[in-house]
Amino acid sequence: MEPAKFETRTLTGWGRTAPSAARVAGPSTADDVIAAVAAAGERGVIARGLGRSYGDPAQNAGGLVVDMTGVDRVHSIDAGSGLAVLDAGVSLDKLMRAALPFGLWVPVLPGTRQVTIGGAIGSDIHGKNHHSAGSFGNHVRSMDLLTADGQVRTITPDGPDSDLFWATVGGMGLTGIILRATVALKHTESAYFVVDTDRTSGLDETLELFSDGSDDGYDYSMAWFDSISTGPKLGRAVFSRGSLAKVDELPKKHRANPLRFDAPQLLTLPDVFPNGLANKLTFRALGEAWYRKAPKRGRGQIQNLTAFYHPLDLFGEWNRAYGSHGFLQYQFIVPFSADAELRTIVRRIAESGHVSFLNVLKRMGAGNQAPLSFPQPGWTITVDFPITPGLTEFCASLDEAVLAAGGRLYLAKESRTAPQTFHRMYPRLDEWRKVRDSVDPDGLFTSDQSRRLGL
Amino acid sequence: MINAVGTPQSLLLLGGTSEIGLAIAENYARQRPLTVTLAARPSARLDAAAAKLRHLGATVRTLPFDARDIDSHPKLVEDAFSEGDIDVTVVAFGLLGDAEQLWQDHTAGVELAQVNFTAPVSLGIALAERLRKQGHGALVALSSVAGERVRRSNFVYGATKAGFDGFYLGLGEALRPEGIHVTVVRPGFVRTKMTEGMTAAPMATTADKVAEVVVDAVRKRKDLVWAPAQWRLVMSVLRHIPRPIFRKLPI
Repeated sequence: MEPAKFETRTLTGWGRTAPSAARVAGPSTADDVIAAVAAAGERGVIARGLGRSYGDPAQNAGGLVVDMTGVDRVHSIDAGSGLAVLDAGVSLDKLMRAALPFGLWVPVLPGTRQVTIGGAIGSDIHGKNHHSAGSFGNHVRSMDLLTADGQVRTITPDGPDSDLFWATVGGMGLTGIILRATVALKHTESAYFVVDTDRTSGLDETLELFSDGSDDGYDYSMAWFDSISTGPKLGRAVFSRGSLAKVDELPKKHRANPLRFDAPQLLTLPDVFPNGLANKLTFRALGEAWYRKAPKRGRGQIQNLTAFYHPLDLFGEWNRAYGSHGFLQYQFIVPFSADAELRTIVRRIAESGHVSFLNVLKRMGAGNQAPLSFPQPGWTITVDFPITPGLTEFCASLDEAVLAAGGRLYLAKESRTAPQTFHRMYPRLDEWRKVRDSVDPDGLFTSDQSRRLGL
Repeated sequence: MINAVGTPQSLLLLGGTSEIGLAIAENYARQRPLTVTLAARPSARLDAAAAKLRHLGATVRTLPFDARDIDSHPKLVEDAFSEGDIDVTVVAFGLLGDAEQLWQDHTAGVELAQVNFTAPVSLGIALAERLRKQGHGALVALSSVAGERVRRSNFVYGATKAGFDGFYLGLGEALRPEGIHVTVVRPGFVRTKMTEGMTAAPMATTADKVAEVVVDAVRKRKDLVWAPAQWRLVMSVLRHIPRPIFRKLPI
């Protein structure tokens, strides 16, 4: 084999903050990955997928980054059992296109399909159906993990290496590089959703609608909420909840081809947006429009994947709208019991002067046994802030409020917290470290995020 | 690592008793847990600066540093990076001197040139090597408006700052593809011990204000900033004034 060629590149996450340079390897087979990892220098190596994490977990300053997107074969899909054997670089978009003709659906979809299987496992991603389906790791039946000693281990959720399996789920790529995984897909009759829409007029009504039991009637559920308006309008929301449609629920025009992959994209944003365009004025107007365009009460509408699930996918590279200073996404979860704290946090966001348009509120279900997995029963809120002065202090104060409420941050979004704060949020970190240290005692697998947080 | 909001975890101050440098360190220390390395000649002032930063919750280490001792610079940089990556390095040392003495006294003039220009070049080269290895980091170079157009009234100092400024702007271009960001800062008159007793020039500022400009510039990854920002306009006018007229200006 030829000696591996690495190209030095400056990388960032989706938030386009904190760039760093690394040598990037672009393997196309598992053997290439093994060779690249063997050639990693003293600053270690990390795998990178499609770069949709907001912060720096797929960067490794001064070291090696293995771009896994070239290792992307769909090895097999079993229409009967629903099991798919996939290379780690396969994107959920590609998987979905491959699986739909067999009547199979990706069991957990985050807010974008531009996520690799490796990234989905490493971040233990969740979607609008967390309360009914759990997170991605719950649907993985086995993986082939390349560890620091150069071995490839096949690990399963309940086999002899189950500790390593669950340390890899949500482990941000720090236990090794996932080469291949077997994922259990879900059977579906169509690729469309039956959707109910509700609009609430304030935070009390929003939390009430989530808590009145109606949520359990939907497989998929989330709410966009207003975090800019203060006063009674604060926390007003547009609920969008639904389930996959059965063929007989579809209108005639879709019945002939119910499994059609229907996910249009309008345009890709050019990289020309000035800083500061994302401000109170524009976001207030956008938020108002978003709220008003939703029907006050809609029942049984049939929507395609983009309309219901990925409205942002209408705009490719939408992160460019935030300008060159970038933005951060702040996602936290607090237990259901911290209802009062949640209200205080939402109020503080609205009063802070830091404006966010993409505000998502969701009720999460039970978590899994992975020590670093984010979901747990409770409320999760996601807000996006453009990088502006004072954001450091504001986010640090939010961290404290989240901690006090017994909550935590999501590593796939996290880009700025202090190591001590993170350690307090994940009391099982030491348990995870023990497993990681047993397979990677010298810290070969390392990222900017793991350095920054001292993982 | 510098985080998404542009705040570092580790800081190296070359010129560990520089008031502007310390103001930058204090600004960062208030935002986030910070490890600071102060490189300076051992003195009571250095100890006091370290104590103040510790009081703000920072972890502080001091390293003996003499700008004149050029040969010791590579070792100093190696020591500074021995305990891990450095996110932000501030080149903050320099001499001002007596303007009229400087061009007439050989020893004084050469010393100023060495401290203000040769030493920053020496350290810049050593730092670049370390920063390229770590693949990230910001380098802040404290220049001066005096370097943008050198004036008769302090031309030796101005000339060293012009050289300093050009070197670090160029170094920034060279390191750009390597994930390293260099910010050149051109403050005007700053009220510090260096300018004590001098009549304050127009638009005089303070070390804390300059620190705010620097922190903002690092966050926005700017290449060049003035402190205060109005200097940019003033200097762009002064730069274009014909020499016979410039000569007659009371500056």
